[in-house]
Amino acid sequence: MKKDMLTIIKKEFARFFGDRRMVFITVLMPGLMIYILYTFMGKGLMREFSTDDAYVASAYVQNMPEELSSALRGLSVEWAELAEGETEAAKAAVTAREADMVLVFPADFSAVVAEYEVSDGAAPNVEIYYNSTEAESAKLYNVVGRVLDVYEQSMANKFDVNAGSGTYDLASEKDATGQMFAMMLPLLLMTFLFSGCSSIAPEAIAGEKERGTIATLLVTPMKRSALALGKIISLSAIALLAGLSSFLGTMLSLPNLMGGAETGMDASVYVLSDYLLLLGIILTTVLVLVALMSIISACAKNIKEAGTANAPLMIVSMAVSLSTMFGGTGEKNLGLFCIPLYNSAQCMHGIFSFQYVPGQIVVTIVSNLVCALLLAWVLTRLFNSEKVMFAK
Amino acid sequence: MEKILEVQGLKKTFQLSAKQQKIEKTKEKFKAAVNDLSFTAYRGEVFGLLGPNGAGKTTTLRMLATLIRPDQGDALLDGSSVVKEPEAVRRKIGFLTSELKLEEFFTPNYLFGFFADLHGVSAEEKQQRRERLFSRFGIDKFAEVKVGNLSTGMKQKVSLVISLVHDPDVIIFDEPTNGLDVLTAKVVTDFLMDLKNQGKTIIVSTHIFSLIEKICDRVGIIIDGRMAECDSLEAVCAGKSLEERFFELYEEKVGKIE
Repeated sequence: MKKDMLTIIKKEFARFFGDRRMVFITVLMPGLMIYILYTFMGKGLMREFSTDDAYVASAYVQNMPEELSSALRGLSVEWAELAEGETEAAKAAVTAREADMVLVFPADFSAVVAEYEVSDGAAPNVEIYYNSTEAESAKLYNVVGRVLDVYEQSMANKFDVNAGSGTYDLASEKDATGQMFAMMLPLLLMTFLFSGCSSIAPEAIAGEKERGTIATLLVTPMKRSALALGKIISLSAIALLAGLSSFLGTMLSLPNLMGGAETGMDASVYVLSDYLLLLGIILTTVLVLVALMSIISACAKNIKEAGTANAPLMIVSMAVSLSTMFGGTGEKNLGLFCIPLYNSAQCMHGIFSFQYVPGQIVVTIVSNLVCALLLAWVLTRLFNSEKVMFAK
Repeated sequence: MEKILEVQGLKKTFQLSAKQQKIEKTKEKFKAAVNDLSFTAYRGEVFGLLGPNGAGKTTTLRMLATLIRPDQGDALLDGSSVVKEPEAVRRKIGFLTSELKLEEFFTPNYLFGFFADLHGVSAEEKQQRRERLFSRFGIDKFAEVKVGNLSTGMKQKVSLVISLVHDPDVIIFDEPTNGLDVLTAKVVTDFLMDLKNQGKTIIVSTHIFSLIEKICDRVGIIIDGRMAECDSLEAVCAGKSLEERFFELYEEKVGKIE
């Protein structure tokens, strides 16, 4: 049986790796595309929201009060005084991106503010006109807004919160990175593994049924279980490659997407043991997914039907991955880690956030292996069923 | 003569879909494709199963090849039961039917090696058989061409060779010349004669009278899933041509042909 199984594995590998186009589309392209896409997205977003420190903004101001003059003139802004009746022309210049801001104080701003009581009703209004689609204008709006907020608070300041220059968030960089990866990667990883499996399993089983080539295998003396296990193992290895490619693409490009070196996010916070545990979870998850999809494919009459029938499995896989975003980590009933796919997503979350419990990992790996073996047995039964294999 | 195949009361029933019921003009949900079929084949002979389309020839051969299980009855192939020992039966037979296809991505050379490995053929035997069979059918000229790029005739030759990769004693061919051009059909027929001369037992199904007359020692005529007549070719024909005798039997069992 072992020899037959190896023969089937070799044939599946020869089929897959002999087709360069398929190798490129299934293994290389997903990782490459993810890396390029995320990196470009990150760079694009950074470019969109970053500003030039040497830039001197140009702004119009009307009725600038004496108390704010030094604070505002201390900014990297060229202020132009605006006379009454010139406001509309200045606003048009901001819209046309020829100026960055128009700042209009009420006449006698200082006196009006000093006399104002909350019970008087509407407070004196300072108008700041800016262009949100222009990065420098948007930045200036925030800066001027902060100057005005500080001025407003200084008039009735009783206490401050975190006003010092110290670091108040005591989370380590490692934990912060882990939290970010743990939030996003289980879902992405499960999606990649699912798509890796679904790109090959229907072709290898439903496709062989559709083309009539599986019947040729069934008239050989090989045991059906050898055929089932050979298919599952070879498909798992290929799906794993596809999933790993996507995973590598994500791990390498996610820091770029999140802002690169500025955010300090880096996959190097994880050590070898984390990666080994993750590999164990990924491997057994792929086995379960491939076995499930092989069963679906064996029951389907053709590739199209298998693809359609895989959709509910995809929804379940996505749903359990999403659950990691809300469920928290730490101590959970070990019994829950016997549930395939759910256990994998939870363990991935635990590993990425450095909060896994070894027992959970062990239970997950063992239960996934048992589940894959049970599914392989079901697949063997299906290969023996003429109603399933020769359904027209 | 030594019995090599003993078919005992084989029965196979299929469920009819609504579409099939319409075509068959019946309200019955099940149809017996093969009904209480029994016959014997002897070592070294060519046994022909003759019958019209839908008579149950292919279903019978698929049961003998253990692709499907009989609902009732059994068949002993060189002492192994198709019901109880399907793997042993598959080891002893070569099976060729138009419904068995080869993966178009691979070359004849690769597929020969692959199926030889599945049949446990040693490397030395594999090499010898590959050379002999590829040269016999002219496959060596396209041994490294992907099956998907071959003509129907070439594909049939490759399928034929692959069904014999393990040098089986019993060879089951379902409509071996169906859909082939006359030249390839002749190559296949000549090869069947060669196999017969080598002492192989051949079970062949066809609706081509001339093929039966040319290569078969004995013939079984199946009509509506039942064996209408089974004997040596001379005894079945009883001085008439096989075609005449077949239609006589058909009208006797089913009624006048319209």
